[in-house]
Amino acid sequence: MDQKLKIELSKQGIVTTTLEELYNWGRKNSVWPMTFGLACCAIEMIATTMARYDLARFGAEVFRPSPRQADLMIVSGTVTKKMAPQVVRLYNQMAEPKYVIAMGACAISGGPFKQGYNVLKGIDRYIPVDVHIPGCPPRPEALIDAFMTLQKKIDEQALTGANRPRHLHADTPSEFVVPRFGAHDLEPPNNPNVWRILNNEPCGAGEADAGED
Amino acid sequence: MNSPVFGPYLPIVVLAIAAAGFAVAPLALAWLWSKRYSPRKPGPSKNSTYECGLETKDNGLIPFKPEYYLYAIIFLIFDVEAIFLLPFAVAFTGLSIGASIAMMVFLLLLAEGLVWAWQKGVLTWA
Repeated sequence: MDQKLKIELSKQGIVTTTLEELYNWGRKNSVWPMTFGLACCAIEMIATTMARYDLARFGAEVFRPSPRQADLMIVSGTVTKKMAPQVVRLYNQMAEPKYVIAMGACAISGGPFKQGYNVLKGIDRYIPVDVHIPGCPPRPEALIDAFMTLQKKIDEQALTGANRPRHLHADTPSEFVVPRFGAHDLEPPNNPNVWRILNNEPCGAGEADAGED
Repeated sequence: MNSPVFGPYLPIVVLAIAAAGFAVAPLALAWLWSKRYSPRKPGPSKNSTYECGLETKDNGLIPFKPEYYLYAIIFLIFDVEAIFLLPFAVAFTGLSIGASIAMMVFLLLLAEGLVWAWQKGVLTWA
């Protein structure tokens, strides 16, 4: 629908909408995160859901203890290499459409433990991250800001057309390769389809890798 | 307001149809929506049993040993049977032949269970 006509109509007191807008409006206001905490950031995540910060205002208070019922994975804390396969597998088990917030310095880059032999240097090496939050740990306000950013992102997702998001393309897989414990490191050390460092290509294409598990 | 088919119940029929439609319509719409806009994406991880992110080991459908069936038999004999025996004894003189035979069959079955449990050594403690 023509944007100008829509604005003109709204001035006259006539509200118009599209199916896509209605759909995204419903989706962004009922994002259910997974009950899933890895380290200290999880405490801030819990605080965000409590009365003082009240994530329920955004329709996201329903933390689901199963990936089958969750839309959002908040990777809150240090991802050790021991834990990384489980995180990726849980992401694989979530139903589409699914989103990821990498919360805190550890989840986005390894943080203060970046030099450690046992810490994954950012979960975006294996799964497509929608919003990164820096901080050690980020305050609840930062998580709420990330959540609103995600809501904005969901709101702008097209339902049809070539620009529609990954989960609406029938041929892109929804599972990503689960790393295995190798002799010295996780194998593979990253998923090249997901992890793109120096260019600004959108993440989350995952073309050729159906998750092998 | 009497209809030839439903009589005075026409409003209830209309309401029932409306209620069923109210329940079915959202489900049908969601199904149609998923057909049109939400491609199915199964995968090995997604289809596997949920084990908190760990790799699934073996199958969930394993033979399960019912070790406690002997306790169930003992319970039936000394608890349930006693409950049935009391009213049976009270009403014994007024019972018909058929009822008496049915009760005797019940007692015989439980007595067989007692013999079985005795053979298994459940009744010996020391």
